[in-house]
Amino acid sequence: MALTTAPPQPPQTQQPEPVRRRRALLNRLDLKVSPYLYILPFFVVFAIFGAYPMFRTLYMSFYDWDLANARFDPPVFIGLDNYVRMLDDPYYWNAMRNTFGVFLLATIPQLALALLIAAMLNRPLLRGRTFFRLAILLPNATSVTAVGIIFLTLFKDTGVINWALGLVGIGPIDWHGSGGFWSYWTAVATMVDWRWTGYNALILLAGMLAIPRDLYESAAIDGAGPWRQFWSVTFPMLRPTFLFVTIVSIVGGLQLFTEPVIYTYGYTVRGGDAREVQTLTMYMYENSMVSFNNAGYGAAISWSLFLLIIMASIGNFLLIRRTAR
Amino acid sequence: MARRRRGVRRTSPWVYIGLTLVSLISIYPLYFVFVVATRSLDALNSPTPPWLPGGEFFNNFSKALARDDVRFWKGMINSIIVSTVVTVSVVLTSTLAGFAFAKLKFRGRNALMLTILVTMMVPTQLGLIPLWGMMQQWGLVYDIWAVILPFLTSAFGVFLMRQYTLSAVPDELIEAARVDGCSTFRIYSSVVLPAVAPGAAVLALLTFMEQWNNYLWPRAVLSPENPTLQVTLGFISYTYYTDYSLVFAALAVAILPLILAVLFFGKQIIGGIMEGAVKA
Repeated sequence: MALTTAPPQPPQTQQPEPVRRRRALLNRLDLKVSPYLYILPFFVVFAIFGAYPMFRTLYMSFYDWDLANARFDPPVFIGLDNYVRMLDDPYYWNAMRNTFGVFLLATIPQLALALLIAAMLNRPLLRGRTFFRLAILLPNATSVTAVGIIFLTLFKDTGVINWALGLVGIGPIDWHGSGGFWSYWTAVATMVDWRWTGYNALILLAGMLAIPRDLYESAAIDGAGPWRQFWSVTFPMLRPTFLFVTIVSIVGGLQLFTEPVIYTYGYTVRGGDAREVQTLTMYMYENSMVSFNNAGYGAAISWSLFLLIIMASIGNFLLIRRTAR
Repeated sequence: MARRRRGVRRTSPWVYIGLTLVSLISIYPLYFVFVVATRSLDALNSPTPPWLPGGEFFNNFSKALARDDVRFWKGMINSIIVSTVVTVSVVLTSTLAGFAFAKLKFRGRNALMLTILVTMMVPTQLGLIPLWGMMQQWGLVYDIWAVILPFLTSAFGVFLMRQYTLSAVPDELIEAARVDGCSTFRIYSSVVLPAVAPGAAVLALLTFMEQWNNYLWPRAVLSPENPTLQVTLGFISYTYYTDYSLVFAALAVAILPLILAVLFFGKQIIGGIMEGAVKA
């Protein structure tokens, strides 16, 4: 720490030679070493709580591991057995289907809607823009558990959503119906979208505001209407922002946990009686944090999910790069 | 398009209708919390949903507080402690590292910055199981330190502050301080920190919100006896879900701080979100 509080550099002539030398050395040390000291905290915390657990998870995934009782029930190396077990575990594939089902059901409308909202907020003469921006940010400030409870109530049999559907003549829907995957998925996707659409719209809006105005002007001179301008100017220029939004959605969406847990009353993490909305993260949690003795299997599920996230991100990157050409 | 001044067009009424609708959908569920929290239980069980608030709030909220197993204030205090400690730590470490990455020259700077960006991609769930084991070894399961320690620094924070320092602190200012004989740390504390304060405030708000809302890891490592607010809410929702007025009164109090934060600091928060996105 002494390095970082090195005394001020003295005026060159008045100091005796040894003092000047020492100060010059301290000064050089300060310049050379202090940058590393400043970035050290991040890397220390990340090494302990990010990198190490990540590889430890990989290591555990090759073992039969009892997390709570590792001392009395030592882990046994079983090679790839956990991964093989995944292949014909119906619950695993069910969780996989739910994860991707909810993800697609939530993300596609969400991005379309966020683009639309951002385009509406991007009108240069819009009045009340601060109000609209604040309003769409509010859901994001609401905690996920609260969102879960709120929508659990809105989606109950006599809840507001069935009441509103009744107004347009759609009979009451059992949003918690046994085996009704679609109703569960729709309800959970609605929560996700309520919380994140506005946030994503703000990010897309930021991207739109960064597009130079004269691009639109020249497009307008060339006779392009608003629709054409959107597809020929806005969308291609928005590519980096869109990439950012989709990747964040993939990383967050494929790890979905809180919404489906609370929606299914949250005491277990099975996601409904017939596991209608149990996601991969929930299934990992069930194996390792509820019944601790399957921690090795949970670790394997964790890594499989991580690899899925990476593949989906890369696929998304390639897709966006191609469509925006 | 170009008929009015240089391509600027009057906003169509459809835009206002659309945005009003979106705002209503965003606000209604929160209003719903407020209504249910202030009504008696039977209001919610009537065939038409309640639209107006009532006067039962204190009644409902005291029901929640009266339950021995609902540690509401405990959860609230723990959440305040956890979010505050993490926020202070993230802001300090991120401004320091952001300054180093933006303004100091050292070997491996770009590679290390890239590493930090890559670590942003590592999902939380990936380390969950061993993290629990570590906390158990350290005797920290059920202890709020378990939900503080892993979040003391943030890759996003370092990145955001690096970008902010690049744009807010001119190189001449730093050189001038050096000529005046300032040490690097002195430059950080007297020149950089004041200049990046607005960016740091945004980072503080975003970090606080994120910590306040965390659920997966706190649920895994804490218990309803010594919870964070979110753990309490999760617990209430599965223990007392039939008593909506109790649940929603607790909910209303729990979400109020962040709603107020958005109302007071909304512009800054929005600025921060938009800033972080464009520069990514």
